[in-house]
Order: sequence, then C-alpha cells, then structure tokens
Amino acid sequence: MFKLFKNLRKRDVLLIFLAVILICFQVWLDLKLPDYMSEITRLVQTPGSEISEILKNGAFMLACAFGSLVAAVIVGYLAANISASFSKTVRKKVFNKVEDLDTSKVKKFSVGSLITRTTNDITQVEMLISMGMQMMIKAPITAVWAITKIVDKSWEWSTATAVVVVILLSVVAVLMVLVIPRFKIIQKLTDKLNSVTRENITGIRVVRAFNAERYQQKKFENANDDLTRVQIFSQRALSILSPTIFFFMHSLTLVIYIIGAYLIDHAEGPDKLTLFSNMVVFSSYAMQVVMSFLMLAVIFMMVPRAQVSAARINEVLDAEEDIKEGTINVTNTAETGTVEFKNVSFKYPDAKEYLLEDISFKAEKGQTIAFIGSTGSGKSTLINLVPRFYDATKGEVLIDGINVKEYTFKSLYNKLGYVPQKAVMFDDTVSGNVAFGDNGKGKKTAKQIADAIKVAQGTSFVEKLDKSYFAHIAQGGTNISGGQKQRLAIARAIARNPEIYIFDDSFSALDYKTDAALRKALKEHTKDATSLIVAQRIGTIMYADQILVLDNGKCVGKGTHKELLKSCKVYREIAESQLSEDELKKGEL
Amino acid sequence: MPGPGRNGTRGEIEKSKDFGKAIKRLAKELTIFILPIIIAVILAAAGSIIAINIPGKLSDVVNEISSGLTQGMNYDAVWGLTIFVASLQVVSAVFEIVEGFIMTDVSNKFARVLRNRISAKVNKLPLKFFDDNQTGDTLSRITNDVDSIAQSLNESLATLVAAVTLLVGVITMMFVTNWTMALTAVASGLIGFFFVSIILKKSQKYFSARQRELGKINSHIEEIYSGLNVVKAYNGKSEANNEFNNLNQKVYDANRKSQFLSGLMPPAMHFIGNFGYVAVCVVGAILVTNNIISFGTIIAFIIYVRMFTSPLSQIAQSLNYLQLSAAASERVFEFLDETEMPDQKDQKVHLDRDKVKGYIEFKNVKFGYNDDKLIIKDFSAKATPGQKIAIVGPTGAGKTTMVNLLMKFYDIKDGDILIDGVSIHDLKRENIHELFTMVLQDTWLFAGTIKQNIVYNRKDVSDKKIDDVIKTVGLTHFINTLPKGIDAEIRDNDSVSAGQRQLLTIARGMIEDSPFLILDEATSNVDTRTEEFVQKAMDKLAHGRTSFIIAHRLSTIKNADLILVMKDGNVIETGTHDELLKKNGFYAELYNSQFQH
Repeated sequence: MFKLFKNLRKRDVLLIFLAVILICFQVWLDLKLPDYMSEITRLVQTPGSEISEILKNGAFMLACAFGSLVAAVIVGYLAANISASFSKTVRKKVFNKVEDLDTSKVKKFSVGSLITRTTNDITQVEMLISMGMQMMIKAPITAVWAITKIVDKSWEWSTATAVVVVILLSVVAVLMVLVIPRFKIIQKLTDKLNSVTRENITGIRVVRAFNAERYQQKKFENANDDLTRVQIFSQRALSILSPTIFFFMHSLTLVIYIIGAYLIDHAEGPDKLTLFSNMVVFSSYAMQVVMSFLMLAVIFMMVPRAQVSAARINEVLDAEEDIKEGTINVTNTAETGTVEFKNVSFKYPDAKEYLLEDISFKAEKGQTIAFIGSTGSGKSTLINLVPRFYDATKGEVLIDGINVKEYTFKSLYNKLGYVPQKAVMFDDTVSGNVAFGDNGKGKKTAKQIADAIKVAQGTSFVEKLDKSYFAHIAQGGTNISGGQKQRLAIARAIARNPEIYIFDDSFSALDYKTDAALRKALKEHTKDATSLIVAQRIGTIMYADQILVLDNGKCVGKGTHKELLKSCKVYREIAESQLSEDELKKGEL
Repeated sequence: MPGPGRNGTRGEIEKSKDFGKAIKRLAKELTIFILPIIIAVILAAAGSIIAINIPGKLSDVVNEISSGLTQGMNYDAVWGLTIFVASLQVVSAVFEIVEGFIMTDVSNKFARVLRNRISAKVNKLPLKFFDDNQTGDTLSRITNDVDSIAQSLNESLATLVAAVTLLVGVITMMFVTNWTMALTAVASGLIGFFFVSIILKKSQKYFSARQRELGKINSHIEEIYSGLNVVKAYNGKSEANNEFNNLNQKVYDANRKSQFLSGLMPPAMHFIGNFGYVAVCVVGAILVTNNIISFGTIIAFIIYVRMFTSPLSQIAQSLNYLQLSAAASERVFEFLDETEMPDQKDQKVHLDRDKVKGYIEFKNVKFGYNDDKLIIKDFSAKATPGQKIAIVGPTGAGKTTMVNLLMKFYDIKDGDILIDGVSIHDLKRENIHELFTMVLQDTWLFAGTIKQNIVYNRKDVSDKKIDDVIKTVGLTHFINTLPKGIDAEIRDNDSVSAGQRQLLTIARGMIEDSPFLILDEATSNVDTRTEEFVQKAMDKLAHGRTSFIIAHRLSTIKNADLILVMKDGNVIETGTHDELLKKNGFYAELYNSQFQH
C-alpha cells in the first residue's frame, strides 16, 4: 500500500503535512471545550455569578467550537483534494500501463479484472485516503492527548476506562471476525444470483423450448435463499454493534460516578470538591478516549480491504512489458508492401508446446495470402505476430524487409490495417468509428470516410441510418447488426489506406454476396496493398495468390486453390465439406 | 463479458417520478409483514421514550453525589439510582437489538420475495420485452434496486419512528418545562438544521455528478480495454488518452467537491451541538439571575438540546433513504407490472408427443415485431412427416422469425400455423414446446457440469441413455479427457471449443427426443472440419423427424427434401437443391456468389 502512496505528488505530501498540523490544532480546541463547558456549568450552578462571566466563557467556548469547525472544514477540503488528486494520478497511470500491456498479459489478467482494477480498486484506496486519513491522524492524537489529561486523576477511573475500551474492542473484533468473511460470501452469492438470471435471459428461447421455466426458477430460489440467509446473519450481527457500543459507553459513565461517590466519601474537606469536578471532567474525557479507540477500530476494518485493492493495482503497475518498441522510424523502405515469415515458431512463455512451428512464406506487394485450417490450428495467432500482439519465439517476421521488432510502434502500425475477428465499435458516430486512430497522414476527410464505407459495402445501410454518417453507434455496437459492425470495422482499416491489410476472419458475419462484393471492391480500391486473410470459407479465399493450410500449428500445404486440391489432404477435406462435386471439378480444371 | 463496473456504478441518487405513489405501493406490498413491522415500530418508540428519561436520571445521580459533598454520601440512594439507570439502559439496548433483528429479517425476506418475483416474471414476459430491454438492466433491478429497497427499509423505517418519537418527546418536555428556554433550544437547533440541509442538498448534487462521471469513465475504460488490439494497431492511444484525461479531470472535480461537502456534515453537526449548549446556558443564566428558573432547569435543557439535534439529522437521513427506496421500488414494480404473455385458459386442445404424426402447415402467415412493419408478409408452406425442410435467404429475410413463430415465442398477426392439423392458436405454449427440439446458433450452456447441461430439466434420464447420446454426437473421447469426465464443470472461458459446445447442445436436444426438430444456424460458429462432426450428429438427430433447418452455409442444406428460399418476408422459390439451381433464380445467384472472385 505504501508503494502506491508514492504516487502522491509533492504538493499532496505538503498538503498532508498541513492537514496534520490543522488536525493537531483541532484536537487541541476540541479538548479545550470540556474545560469551558465545566466552567460555564460551574458558573451557572453558583448563585450570584456575573452574566458577563458566563457570556465571556460562552464566547470563548463558541470561539473554540468555531475554530475547530474551521479547521475541520479546511482539513476536509485538503483531504478531498488529496484523495481526488491521488486517484486521478493512479487511474491515469494504470490506464496508460494497460494500454502498453502485451496481449498475453491482458489475457492473463483478463479484461474484466483489469477494468475492476482501474475503477473499483482505485475507488477503494481513494476512500481510505479521504475518510481514513483524517481518522488515522486524529484518533491517536485525541486518544493520547485525552489520556494525558486524565491519567493522573485516579487509577480507579483509568482502570475502568481501560476495561471498557478492551471490552468494546473485543466486541468489535468478534463481530468483524463473524461478518467480514461473510461479506465475501455475499459477493459470491450475489454473483451467482446474477449469473442464474443472466443465463435465464440469454437462453430464454432454450428455457422456453424445454419448458424449463420451473427448473430455472428453482435454481434461482435456491441461490436466493442462500443469499438471504447469509445476509440476515451478517446484518443481525452488525445491528448488535451500535446498541452494544452505546450501552458500554453509558455504563462507563455510571461506573465512573459510582467510583467517584466512594472516592469523594473517603476524601478529606476541600479534596472532595476537587474530586467532584475531576469526576465530571473525567467522564467527558473518557468518552473521547473510547471514541478514538473505536475510530481506530473502524480504520483497521477499512485498511485490509484497501490493502487488497492496492496490491491488485500494484500488480498491474509492476507487470513487465515483454514486447519492447524498436527505433526505426522510416517511411521509405527499400521494399514496400512485403510480409515475410522466416522459420517462425511461437509458444506462450510458460507453455510447453508450440502453437506455431516453422512457418515460412513471403507476400509480395499487392498479393493476397490466405490462411485456412480448423479451430485451434493457429491461424489467428500467426497473423497476430505481424502487429506484434505477440512476438515470435523463434524466427523472424519481416515487413518491407525489416524485422517488426525494429520499428517504432507508430511507424509499424502506420503500415497496417488490422481487422479483428470480433468487430470493435466505440461509443461514437459512424464517422468517428471509421476515422478512429492516426495513420500519420493527417486527419481523414469526410470523403475518405465515405469512400472507405463504400468499399466496405456499408453505404446503403449507413445512409439509411438516422443522421447517416453521423449516426450514433453505441458502445460495442449493440445498436447495429453483426454484419454491419464487421463492415464498419473493415471500413476503418480501409480509411487508414495501409500498405498491408490483415483480416482475422473478418468476413464471417457477411453473407456470401456481400462477402464477394466487398472483396471485389477492395481489390479495385487497393491494387498495391498486400492482404493477409484468415478465413473459414473456401469461397472467401479460393482466389488468393497463395494459400497456407494450417493444422495443429504446422503448415501442411502451401499453394493456390488448384494446387492444394491435388496435393493437400486437409485442404481437400475442407473443400469437400463446403463445395459440391461440380465446383470441386471446376477448381481442378 | 460481464462488465463489473456496469452494475456497480448505477448507485446514483435518483429521484422517484411520483414519491407518494411509490411509497403507497411499497406499503401495500409490505402488508404481508405487517405484524413484525408493528412490533418493531413499538419497540423503537418505546426505546426512544426510555432514552429520553436516561439523561435526567443520570443528572440525578450527579446531584445525589454532589449533595454527598457536604453531608456524607447516601450510598443507598446513589446505588438505587445507578441500578435504575443501568436497567433502563439494558432495556433500551435489548429493545434496540430486538427491533434491529426484526427489521433485518423483514427487509431481507421482503428482498427475497421481490427477487423471486422478478425472476419468475422473467419467464412470464413475452420475448419482445427482451428485444427492447437490456439484460444488464434486469440484473440491476434484481441486485441494486432490491438491495436499495431492503437497505433503506432496514435503516429508515424504525429509525424514523424512533427519531420522531424522540423529537416530539423532547419538544414536549422542553415546552412543558419552560417556553423561553424551549424556543431558544429549538431556534438554535433549527438554524443548524437549515445549514445542514443546504449542505446535504448540495453534496447530493455533486454525488450524482460523481456517479455520472465515474460511470462515463468506467465505460470508456471498458471500451478501450476490450478493444485494446484495435487501439494499438490504429495508433489510437493518443485519441483514447485525450478522452480519458478529459473524463478523468471531470471525475477529479466531482470527486473533490462531493467528498468535501459530505465531509462537512460531522463537524457542522458537532458545532451546532456546541452552539445550542452555549445558547441555552447564556439564556438560562439570564433567566436564573432574574429568578425566573432554577439552575436545575438549565442542566435539563443542556441535555435536551443534545437530544434534539441528533433525531433531526436522523430524520433527514431517513427521509433520504425513503426517497432512495421510492426510486428503486418504482423501477422494481415497473418491471413486475410489465404486461405478461396472454394466459392460456382457452387453449384446451392437447397434442400427445408420442402420437403426433409430424405434419406442419403454414397458411398465409403475416407477422411483424412492431405493429407498423411486417417482417413476414405472406408465408405459406407444408411439411409432411419425416421431411427435412431448409430455409435459406439473405440476412434480414425473416428466417429466424419463422422459428420464433413456430415455437409460439411470438403470436402471429394473421394466418395460421397447423401442427397435425391443429391450429397453433388452440395449443398451449408448453404443449408446443414439448413437441419441438430446438438447437440454436448461440450455444447456450450454463454454469454446471456437463451432465447437468445435457440432462437439463428432464427427469429420470438413465446414465446409459446419456452415454448413448454422447457417443452419437461423438463427444465420448473429449469427455473422457476431462479431469472429472461427465461431471466436469463448464465455465465461461475454458477449453470447451465452439464446436464442442454445439455438440453438447445437440446432445441436450437428443435427450429431449421430440417429434419435431428445429436447427437454427446451428453450425455457423464452427469451423468447417468440426462442422462435419456436428453435421453428422444433426443428421442422426433429424432422422425420422420433421425438421426445419436454417443455415448460412448452403453446403449444410443441399440434401434437404425441400428448400424454401426467403427474401423480404416471402418465400420466393421452393424446390430441392438441384431443381433450384436449374431454375437459375435467386437461390442459384446466392449459391454461386460464394465462389465469386
């Protein structure tokens, strides 16, 4: 946790220092209050006191109270600033760090967990600072100060106070031991309840088709009962807390009075009066002591939760970046538009087996290279090596004759137009989505965007949208269909006007007609661009200049459609499952 | 992916549309718990009344001791008073604890009832509801909104009663004792209350702003993280960062303000307490010197002032909670009041699944999801027992809609569908579902073991039957490689591939063993080699049943007995694969386009 606090800026540290001083001042004022209070009480009780005396003491007391209020307000302002600025700094740091994380690290953390770490976990630590910091400073100061004020009055009273503090702390401790682990269980049970409902809704057609409504309801009710049971237990435990605390605090006052009665009775003459006023003062300070110990207990409850969050945040910040940027930043290379794999193998860092083994090929400028194979054959992994989502374990990946590792990220990505398997849509307009990013060639014009959408066969549907090119796309593109998303994602790549296109199974949501029309338009629009295509449909790739057939990470065939039909058994199997005898014959001719 | 931020961030303090109506409804629903609630309220009020008396008795103890200063301690009186006060404290603590237990019970059991009702409601709503509403929204009603109701109920109801009792009691006592002093105390309390309510209002505004800004930045983070590869490959980092910094600054501002204002409350309350103390002392002293009151009255008022300020802030807080629960209950009841599917009292015909022959006829079916737009314009077709009917056509032609109508997920607008000659209008939904096995494109598996997923809600399925089915779909080897075999848990992101998932849903369909079969794009998630296995499994499943097959890949349907080619809601061509190719119409065009360059 302290490691995370290093992210506090210099200014913030200064502010904390200021806050500590102010809190000391505030505690001093707060502890002065009972003095004036008992003075006023004494004056009121003494017949014949001057009103002006009472007014004077009242004014002092109000001044103290007001001073304490002002100090508290300033401290609150400082604390709010410190915690907000802390969370702002850390959030930015984590966000930037995640942007630079390797794909394999992102997978290891999981996107969901990274989101929680950037949002909820940071809020958790922020809360500790904003609420806990004041208490953490104030509680010990108050406790120590109040104790010094009363400790020499009488050991009997001090012992009674100590006993009550111990009792209260044990009550709090026992309740916390009972309740805190159950909070985790409650979280889990709530998740379970959510997942049962989610599964019911997402599978609603299946549930109804199987007449399984009662089955699902039963499942839900079981989860619901479990949740309710644990909730009732932990909330009951918590509801004991406040009456118990108040009971013991009031009892402490009574005990102090009883002890006082005996002490006074056994004292001599003038000592009696001193003891009496000591008793009144002691009981009010004793409350302060008890309260500050309770405050400390609250902090101890908050710290572990924040600690877990802090550790999770640090895990992200400390993650190593395995994929490092190169230095080459040239636009004019000797070769252009070529992609070459030289004996490339790949495995995950901690995996035993290779996902890709010894892949070699070269794509010349303007060529289309296609990759086909069953799920898990390594097609996607292979083309993910080009934009360096992963780095090859062995061998080299070259673009324009230069190893991809040598380029700066910016110059590498300016050459590429990558379209992922699952289209990514941002909460933005159609144009904003297509123009996303920077290709080093300045801002994209409206015409470039419209042209890109046209090539991607999106014009007709975009123009039908309300506000057409400026229509709003919801996050994740939930307000348009899968095929439309995919076309916009392709348009985004086209608008970059790259040297090399990478299509990671990007045509699967399109029907055959659109697929064919799109590829035709793309060919015309980008005569010089090189394309790497991963696909499942033979139809999509049968006219590629070169087809690589992958099976379990190995290249089992390389050539054109015709060649492969003759030479490659796996390819022939795939083709047979999709094409009729006639079409197969057509290919063989 | 379940975005964790999505459900967590909707904590905004929302205003209810109609506070009175919402509270009335809530009260009506709560009548099942009326007895425990009344007991809790009585306990809370009684506790308050006791609490009012404790300070007076406590000062009696002090007085007794102070009189002992001069004339020897009267231990009997001191002990007597102490024991009396102590027993009052015990009683009040016990009352409070019992009241707390009762309200905890009531609020959680009420929450359980609401959750069960929401979940049951999900299965009574027409499918159209789920087309128009997001899953996350329903989930947030089950968790966040119901929790809000339960929590505010727990915190507010008894507290409110206790606080009001205390307030009324204290005010009465004050005015009975001395009205000048009472006015002083009430005035100083009210001034404070006025400031506090201003702060509360302001801070609420900034808290909503904070929730809003946090929600925005969370969804930006979610968006960028889930599209990280695209952000990287498009050099979009600076764009993403600009947006992030902008949002982060806004969160910072809202954060700062809301935390500052909410932090003001305790010191402000503290100050008001002290202010009241001084005011009462000063006014009291003036009255004492003028011989209007005795100083015992001042002591009493010192205590009343303190008792007066705390219920005021408690009432303010409880009202806040009530506001919150009104808004939440509005959302919950809005959901519970959604129109359900029509009830089926009039449908008295029952088709026995063991005796059904297998005829289906569509007769001039018309349908649209919205009233103003027809998706299916005029659809007619016939299927005879054991036939394999394929439906093809471009996206948006209405293929999946046909399935929805056949399963009576939606009611047709016009025309009729006949199953073995019986109109679909005369059959209960459950009866129709019994007759059909349906395998869909999205391979729906739930968290549970493989066996649970295959058996699902069928009862008395023998292990042998399960083994047979697994063997038929060709999953025996795969299941044997799993650590616990058929009892292995299926989770979201593990090694079960799309193809294997699809095979599991087919196995589930086989166990159901119904006379009709629907396969809706059941192989489009699967690569073509795996598809062969799935295809074989489906052929086995389809054997001897009247089956409807919807497919993207035309290769899957070449051997259908009848192909219906749909376009814009109509069947435009019918025939077998070869017949349709010869016709050289829309189907031929569709089919050949997959080989175009």
